[in-house]
Amino acid sequence: MATAEEVAKAAERRDIRDRWLLSAPALLVIFLAATGPLLIVLVYSFLTPGSYGDVKWQFSPEAWIAVFLERDIFDDTLSVAAAHVTIFLRSIKLSVVTTIATLVLGFPTAYFMATRSEKTRDLWLFLITIPFWTNLLIRTFAVLQIIRNEGIVNTILLKLGIISSPIQILYTDTAILIGMAYVYLPLMVLPIYASMEKLDFRLVEAGYDLYATRFKVLRKIIFPLVKPGVIAGSILVFIPALGAYVTPSVLGGGKNMMLSNLIELQFGQGRNWPLGSALSIAVMIIVMVALLAYVRNAGKSGVRHG
Amino acid sequence: MNWKTTATAMGLALLASTSLARADGELNIYNWGNYTSPDVIKKFEAKYNIKVTITDYDSNDTALAKVRQGGTGFDIAVPSQTYVPIWIKEGLVLETDPGKMENFKNVAPEWANPDFDPGRKYSVPWALGTVGVVVNTDVYKGPADSWGIIFNTPDELKGKVNVVPEMNDVIFAAIKYVGGQQCTTDKEVLKKVRDTLVAAKPNWIAMEYNTIEKMGAGDFKATSDWNGSALRQRLANPAIHYNYPKEGFGLWSDNVVVLKEAKNVENAKLFQNFIMDPENAAGLSAFHRYANAIVGSDKYMPADMKDAPEVVIPAADKPHAELQQMCAPEIQDLYTKIWTELQK
Repeated sequence: MATAEEVAKAAERRDIRDRWLLSAPALLVIFLAATGPLLIVLVYSFLTPGSYGDVKWQFSPEAWIAVFLERDIFDDTLSVAAAHVTIFLRSIKLSVVTTIATLVLGFPTAYFMATRSEKTRDLWLFLITIPFWTNLLIRTFAVLQIIRNEGIVNTILLKLGIISSPIQILYTDTAILIGMAYVYLPLMVLPIYASMEKLDFRLVEAGYDLYATRFKVLRKIIFPLVKPGVIAGSILVFIPALGAYVTPSVLGGGKNMMLSNLIELQFGQGRNWPLGSALSIAVMIIVMVALLAYVRNAGKSGVRHG
Repeated sequence: MNWKTTATAMGLALLASTSLARADGELNIYNWGNYTSPDVIKKFEAKYNIKVTITDYDSNDTALAKVRQGGTGFDIAVPSQTYVPIWIKEGLVLETDPGKMENFKNVAPEWANPDFDPGRKYSVPWALGTVGVVVNTDVYKGPADSWGIIFNTPDELKGKVNVVPEMNDVIFAAIKYVGGQQCTTDKEVLKKVRDTLVAAKPNWIAMEYNTIEKMGAGDFKATSDWNGSALRQRLANPAIHYNYPKEGFGLWSDNVVVLKEAKNVENAKLFQNFIMDPENAAGLSAFHRYANAIVGSDKYMPADMKDAPEVVIPAADKPHAELQQMCAPEIQDLYTKIWTELQK
């Protein structure tokens, strides 16, 4: 006869087994849909490029070497892949600037929304999500229509006589930034708003009661409390901005490559799939390292509350 | 209405929709976007009672990669002359022997036995075109029959030039501009090519495909472009002119091949034969706005294309035309490096 302890143990084992069985379909999907393709990319990055696209099943570290080093095609010297570094830095710079721009625009927006009455809040939330109903490409083309030389902004300024010839905004870095900030703004506003909504505004009042200036209240009370939202928003903006493809191409004119263009080139006209794969993995590693560093730093200086 | 009647109604509706579309056969065409005349397809469908489905692609590399993977369900594809030898070599296409088809007699002699498909064992000409320079003459009135418009931009056009980012076309043009041969391995020439491109880029405003709309709206005042695109631009704005660079310009041709994995081989062959008919070839041209290789099709061409300088290469420019070739992979590698350098 089994003791009560044994019965309990058996039940526990069965429980564990059931849990695994029940989660097996989900785990399988995660493996097939997420890990599987990534593994293929990883494997491809260690193969030899086939002639005119595809790969040869032959091990080669060449692609990974080419990510970091380049052999000069004219004097055969080996040096740091300056072109890749330039493109990496351009993409990172654009992502950082986009994150800052959306933060500067998004923080006051979220604050404004959170300080409205319960009922109107929903309306503002609704308005913020409206752009998501439209395809990214269409939103980008809408921005193009606004800023192009014959576009709305220039036409109005010309008609009013403020300028005598159209301002060239399209195909400049400014155009890319306007587009990126517009496209990614909701991703910043929503998490900050979520934090802000939970903020106990009595703390703000208390701050004022204790003679804190407005700036001090913002810096010492509001900002630390909504910091999780700011961190989440920054991550949500930074990562897709790093891989942005449509917006820089359409508004920037495609003269200067972003990371995504460089990777696309290898799978398209460049016909070097292993290099494209290696570049993709390299970007992932960079994002992961940057994220870990960011979250760890942000967590350290954060104020504990609860 | 309970769920049973709903289900029955839906089933009936589904049945009706499929029976309406029933035809003797099917044909699945895999072609470049906005390239296949709906009128000609309708005519083909009516004549043979075949249902045609068209799927778009946007580059030779995409098409090749997809067909290589197999299981596409496509019967027909339309690769460019540079890619046809690869499709043949890799065994992706079926030897349908169009050279023996009834309408083959209509193919112009210079296109009846091309290097990329000797004896026309696999392919049928779909469209022909050139890559040249488009200029808005309201802004620039000087001579424009040179790649110099792109690579040594005159002052009036500085900051207003676009370059269509087709790597092989741009490098071909730059090689011609510095006086080299296509697919050259001469490092001196390639160095000049790189330096020319890098020095020219600050005068460009963009590197985009969307030239018809942007030239029309005035965002660009000059661009490198395909001739059919240039024709559409001139029809919208008569000040826009297409020019054949005197240093040499690229000639291309897209060709209809039948895939080895095709399920409707007979229908695909019918289609290959069908488009070599002068009237049908003209119908295709009327839509995609490029020339074709079918003798006698000019009779059926739309009026605005018959003598269009974009479609009919003027006799004086013809000697500068050169059929573009696919360079060896190691040369392509050099091109990609120069291209990365240019766009970094």
